[in-house]
Amino acid sequence: MKIEVLGTGCAKCKQLEKDVYNALAELNLAADVSKVEDIKKIMSYKIMATPALVVDGQVKIAGRLPRKDELHSYLKDIEK
Amino acid sequence: MIFMLQWFADMVTYQWFSLIKGSHLADAVNFFVYDTLKIFIMLSVIIFVVAIIRSFFPPEKTRKVLSYKRQYAGNIVAALLGIVTPFCSCSAVPVFIGFVEAGIPLGVTFSFLISSPMVNEVALILLWGMFGPSIALIYIATGLTVAIISGLVIGKLNMEKYVEGYVYEIAKVGDGIEMVVAEQTWKDRLLYARDYVMDILKKVWPYVLVGIGLGAGIHGYVPTDFLAAYAGKDNFFAVPIAVLMGVPLYSNAAGVIPLVAALQEKGMAMGTVLAFMMSVTALSLPEMIILRNVLKPRLIAVFIGIVATSIIIVGYLFNALLPG
Repeated sequence: MKIEVLGTGCAKCKQLEKDVYNALAELNLAADVSKVEDIKKIMSYKIMATPALVVDGQVKIAGRLPRKDELHSYLKDIEK
Repeated sequence: MIFMLQWFADMVTYQWFSLIKGSHLADAVNFFVYDTLKIFIMLSVIIFVVAIIRSFFPPEKTRKVLSYKRQYAGNIVAALLGIVTPFCSCSAVPVFIGFVEAGIPLGVTFSFLISSPMVNEVALILLWGMFGPSIALIYIATGLTVAIISGLVIGKLNMEKYVEGYVYEIAKVGDGIEMVVAEQTWKDRLLYARDYVMDILKKVWPYVLVGIGLGAGIHGYVPTDFLAAYAGKDNFFAVPIAVLMGVPLYSNAAGVIPLVAALQEKGMAMGTVLAFMMSVTALSLPEMIILRNVLKPRLIAVFIGIVATSIIIVGYLFNALLPG
């Protein structure tokens, strides 16, 4: 599973990265997490609002922080 | 509701604190309790509703609507969409590039960038609560006008060459108008709205309390018309000075309004109040720094100059038109 956190360095983007690591630890899942700060790369996902969460190349959330249960469900879905 | 709030404020002032009716301290305490309750109730309810509305207008959708628009009509629609599109200055760079990519004219983009922070729900609720609905409506109308006209002027100046070159390089790669909009259920929207209310309240409550506290002190202790000589209509420099003072206060709109309401009561002219508020919300230092990533200094200077000039005109205009 490949997880990308898109953000230009705002507080919420950092929060999302932290949330993802916490969620993975709680669910006992392994994933390749990366933070994408390059604006060219962010735009290539066709979103404009950050923070954004991309799981296996698919945009799950843009412009807001996911709730905990929401985030868990995205990560669990992929695992199946 | 207003009756209940006044009843509660009276109970706190005269029974719990046993203050004497008519004394300065009693006036100040009564004012503080009443305003604090009123503002926090208004903030919670209205921010919740605004958050739900906004969940239907992600910037990706706004971009699609604007991509078919040209000047004039585009500037008007952009300023209106600026009210409902959620926008934080941390997204300013991707939003700017996304707009260029969709072929939206520079002036139209600026109308959006100006209106979005200026006509924001926290400022509107506080203006409504402290000055009443007519001043809040005047603020919306003039805020939109400033955004539309400033965008039109920037569009006429043909300043596309003062946008950083890499913006156009990224924009060239982008294909078509469609963007991804993450799906949301009603449950998502409601929970998002709840979290958004908590988020804003957590951020603004100290400023609001300090602002209302200072306002209450001024209300109770400073004589009426004390400020008329300095910040009244007859002082020509009051408006530009108010606009200058607003620039560094960007993050404190929530605290500034209750304070300004008290100053207005003591003689600060209404047009000056409006100009000050617009400067606090529209001209923010951190947003300029973020926009510097996509705009060359010359364009930033023009942007600040045009917006500041329009705000100053608004100030003079309403000082001439409005009573008191």
